[in-house]
Amino acid sequence: MDLSWMAWTGPTALFWLGIVSCLVIMMVWEYFSPGGNPRVGILRFETTRGDRLFISLLGSAFIHLAWLGFIGPGLWWALGISFVYAIGVFKTV
Amino acid sequence: MDKTYNNKAWLLVIPVFLLVALSAIIPIMTVVNYSVQDTFGGNKFFWVGTEWFTDVLRSERFHDALGRNLLFSFIILCIEIPLGILIALSMPKKGIWVPVCLVLMALPLLIPWNVVGTIWQIFGRADIGLLGHTMATLGIDYNYSSNVIDAWVTIIVMDVWHWTSLVVLLCYAGLVSIPEAYYQAARIDGASKWSVFRYIQLPKMQGVLIIAFLLRFMDSFMIYTEPFVLTGGGPGNSTTFMSIDLVKQAIGQFDLGPAAAMSLVYQLIVLLVCYVFFTVMSNVGTDKPEVEE
Repeated sequence: MDLSWMAWTGPTALFWLGIVSCLVIMMVWEYFSPGGNPRVGILRFETTRGDRLFISLLGSAFIHLAWLGFIGPGLWWALGISFVYAIGVFKTV
Repeated sequence: MDKTYNNKAWLLVIPVFLLVALSAIIPIMTVVNYSVQDTFGGNKFFWVGTEWFTDVLRSERFHDALGRNLLFSFIILCIEIPLGILIALSMPKKGIWVPVCLVLMALPLLIPWNVVGTIWQIFGRADIGLLGHTMATLGIDYNYSSNVIDAWVTIIVMDVWHWTSLVVLLCYAGLVSIPEAYYQAARIDGASKWSVFRYIQLPKMQGVLIIAFLLRFMDSFMIYTEPFVLTGGGPGNSTTFMSIDLVKQAIGQFDLGPAAAMSLVYQLIVLLVCYVFFTVMSNVGTDKPEVEE
């Protein structure tokens, strides 16, 4: 099967692998601790682990965009901030 | 937790999974791949990193299109939501006129987007269109293809004409589901018409209004066909919304890289707004029992 039209690159493949591994980790986590651990956090509505992952990923995307828009290329700092943000989301939201 | 788990049910999900993979996941993967590369056709790509994203985020063209989109959504929501409530309140609740009103209201919703654009394009023309000709006869200088304000007014009126019915039907559904007992209680208390609206009808319509608000916001934020058919994004760039700009960039100029970056930014904004509205909607549902207590 010729997939050249999809224009794959190493970094974008890594990006998608990252997303897929997040989903796999969530599945394994769900297997060992079913129910999704729903709770009401600082946003004052009930969130499950899946919601927290979604909020983390969406927030990280905006952190990266904000970094590119206001500061410039070189996204390692943005990635670091996103990790801190994701940990924050999983702990408090 | 005595649920029976039957993992064979997962097999039933496979068709949907395949459909979503082919129609959404694989295309979006390709868009992400395109957004970090430049191409001159022939499946030859050159790595450019995050350059397109930086360009899009700092480009005046994108800011302007985003601004126009937000302004358009704001204006039509300010008109359609109150107007929809007003029409729903004045519609009959019983009798022969109910189906007549409902069908009349549903008619604009049944017309395809490009036909709506064409109807209004002809309607507004000074030579053959009823609206354009009437305006010209009255001595009003109206031309949606050369005047920015006229173009905006026409697009807004067209959207209001096309979509207010949706708000009306949703509000009407909310209104007819209010039990008569609430109105009886209001009559006993001697409540004014405004109080009935403020304390009975409006709270009872909250759920459907949020749905109407969400649908109208998302639809107007992603609007393409109607303004494209009516004005083609003009005069100048005055009605070039993000979707029109995106198509111009991707198919008109064949700048696939920048267009891919722009569509991802656009998608993220839509996703964020959707998630916020979805959360609000689901929580309105869960809060309801507490409100009624």
